[in-house]
Amino acid sequence: MEQRHWFATGKTVNLKHANVVVIGSGAGGGVVAKELADAGLDVVVLERGRWVTPDQERKDDLSNQRTCVLGPPYGPDEQKEPRVFVDPEGQEQVVWPADGSYNNNAACVGGGTVSYGAMAWRFMAQDFQMKTLYGAPAGSTLEDWPIAYTDLEPFYEKAEWEIGVSGDVTPDPFKAPRRRPLPMPPLPDSTETQILKPAAQRLGWHPFYIPMLRNTVPYNGRPGCMRCRWCCGFGCECDAKNGTQNTVIKTALATGHCELRTHCIVADIILDARGRAKGVEYIDGQNRRQTQTADLLVVSGGAIESARLLLNSRSALFPEGLGNRFDWVGRNLQGHAYSGALGLFDHEVYDDLGPGAEIAICDFNHGNPGLIGGMMLANEFCRLPYQVAGMAPPDIPRWGKAHKDFMRTWFRRSVMIMGPSQEMPVFTSRVQVDPKVRDYWGIPVARLSGMDHPYNIELCKFASDKAELWLKEAGAVKVSRRQKTRQWLSAGQHQAGTCRMGNDPKTSVVDKHCRLHDVDNLFVIDASVHVTNGGFNPVLTIMAIAYYASDYIKRGWRGGGFG
Amino acid sequence: MAIPYAAAFSFMDLKRPKRRITRRYFLRASSATFLAAPLLQPLPFLTGPWRFIDENEAETINAMCERIIPTDEDPGAAWAGVVHFIDRKLAGYYHRYQQLYRLGLQGVHESSLSLFGKPFVELTAAQQDDLLRKLESNQAPGDVWKKISAAEFFNRLVDHTLQGFYGGPRHGGNRDAASWRMLGLPTAPVRSRRPLTAPWSNATGSPPEKQ
Repeated sequence: MEQRHWFATGKTVNLKHANVVVIGSGAGGGVVAKELADAGLDVVVLERGRWVTPDQERKDDLSNQRTCVLGPPYGPDEQKEPRVFVDPEGQEQVVWPADGSYNNNAACVGGGTVSYGAMAWRFMAQDFQMKTLYGAPAGSTLEDWPIAYTDLEPFYEKAEWEIGVSGDVTPDPFKAPRRRPLPMPPLPDSTETQILKPAAQRLGWHPFYIPMLRNTVPYNGRPGCMRCRWCCGFGCECDAKNGTQNTVIKTALATGHCELRTHCIVADIILDARGRAKGVEYIDGQNRRQTQTADLLVVSGGAIESARLLLNSRSALFPEGLGNRFDWVGRNLQGHAYSGALGLFDHEVYDDLGPGAEIAICDFNHGNPGLIGGMMLANEFCRLPYQVAGMAPPDIPRWGKAHKDFMRTWFRRSVMIMGPSQEMPVFTSRVQVDPKVRDYWGIPVARLSGMDHPYNIELCKFASDKAELWLKEAGAVKVSRRQKTRQWLSAGQHQAGTCRMGNDPKTSVVDKHCRLHDVDNLFVIDASVHVTNGGFNPVLTIMAIAYYASDYIKRGWRGGGFG
Repeated sequence: MAIPYAAAFSFMDLKRPKRRITRRYFLRASSATFLAAPLLQPLPFLTGPWRFIDENEAETINAMCERIIPTDEDPGAAWAGVVHFIDRKLAGYYHRYQQLYRLGLQGVHESSLSLFGKPFVELTAAQQDDLLRKLESNQAPGDVWKKISAAEFFNRLVDHTLQGFYGGPRHGGNRDAASWRMLGLPTAPVRSRRPLTAPWSNATGSPPEKQ
């Protein structure tokens, strides 16, 4: 790292020592900050993005986390933070946050939880034992988790009640055992639900109301959902969507033990002579280089940025990057292969009520004959006109009167069912740091390369089959399959897997408490530690793991030191 | 009761610079008044000042957009002012496409002259569609298309037209939420809004005000 050319010119400032530095304030970091600050530790949270508050929400069809043709409103900075993407043919290119291959997840206080769709799934017990149940397919590093569902169950429950989940999962016979119901009821049925629910029942399936991190009734001092169509991909204007920014981070700040610094780009983790983490170097909002020391470090930057930070933190002890002695940091990058179908009906099904997604089935998450894993299937979030224009079946012209007729006829008559297929992790799908390209501050950027497992295509075909069946049963006159047909790098907003959790230091990065095998006061707490990513949206699992790991930290904390 | 469009949307005009009443504008405006379908008459709105494109380019883009989303019983791209969206974005977020548009519009002019002997805006609708299909399939004649790909330019234009037509009116297109009305969507993007004085709204990294 000799060639590092900091933008910063001012002298390094040494800041007051903290007990814990949490890097990133998303689903993982926000929860950790609250848990540790609440336990009395002095916590500093470093967030590279800014605050997004409800009254700043623009509800822009063209600039949101789902459609960012006019820029990603929740960060990262479009001028300053490129990445390098290597496509399957080996062509590399510099990509920017608005590009699809950047695999952006929001960078703001609360991270992706500000603008997510907010599905709050618990993984099923089987999702933690994929290798035992199915065996790894050739070319995949499929593995069991070192922890079981029962280890996380109390923390799933804590996340559901502290952050706030609505829905009703009681009709789902496949769910893992749970002790407490969800704190809030689901929203009233939308038209789509009224059609899809009986259709699924006729097929012998078990539809139920999706658990969502969204207030349906006033909860935790914030109102219930007002059901606008600008939901998934947008921050919530009435603050009914529960992210970490309006729940745990607020609580953490209110304890007086937590300081949140925004616009802080962490460049490097510093080790002391004994190989323990001593602190971080970062660039603050005024482009000054700062050093923050701490007893304990928590890296919660998301699967791509956490891996990048570890790989950028090279030292004599760890010449290939922190925790990377066996070349596992950044490996197994995975997300979710979404597939399903769009059904067109001969009657109106659109009622302009958000969030849109309401009804789901878990009949196909496991136990599919001849298949490994599976997926939850649910109706899709509210679709905005520009999105629908891009979803037209392939036989509809993209322009001209035929296009306009399609929009006029089908916009209010379409239902989409999609599901996140459980992916088979691949060793070569990975995050590295690029040897040449640097960001605005001179820090080497993440380099994404590799492809997902070919098996995912088979699983996605299955998802589309079932979605098609469901839509036809519900009365769709025409079904257009939306199916993954080729391999690509999968990460996106569900990015996971790059700092695998495991018992063997040779085949994983962190232990079963999210602690780095090689450094005993450094934790990675975000989706990076996921061994597999389930057939579900991963956010509640990230939160549960954060509660679980924080619990371990609190128990091991000896007032001024750890362990 | 039918409210005249001009009156219903006059608030939008407040944001626009005042038009100079030129002879051309006067003729168009008066023809708009006397023609059978004055409500959907797009031409009076095709006025600058333009940010990036010039007047001729504006007319060409407008005509192309109008074929991409034509006027029928509902307003098309011209009425919705998609050309304003494109101009505004070319001068801003889409400045990286400036060259593509400049050359592409030259190319369209060239192709149009060589195929029909007239500029694009003077062609019949069928001829315009024909030319657009040639662009789409990269078969349009002209030297410019050796420098840039006709299909790339056209695909970009289609995408930008859809954005301008279906996106929020705040970006200059989708005048009076024309597309949202067409789809039967409520037009107000804001239904409720917390007051700016809410304690949580001034959070800038400091803790929220103590309760």
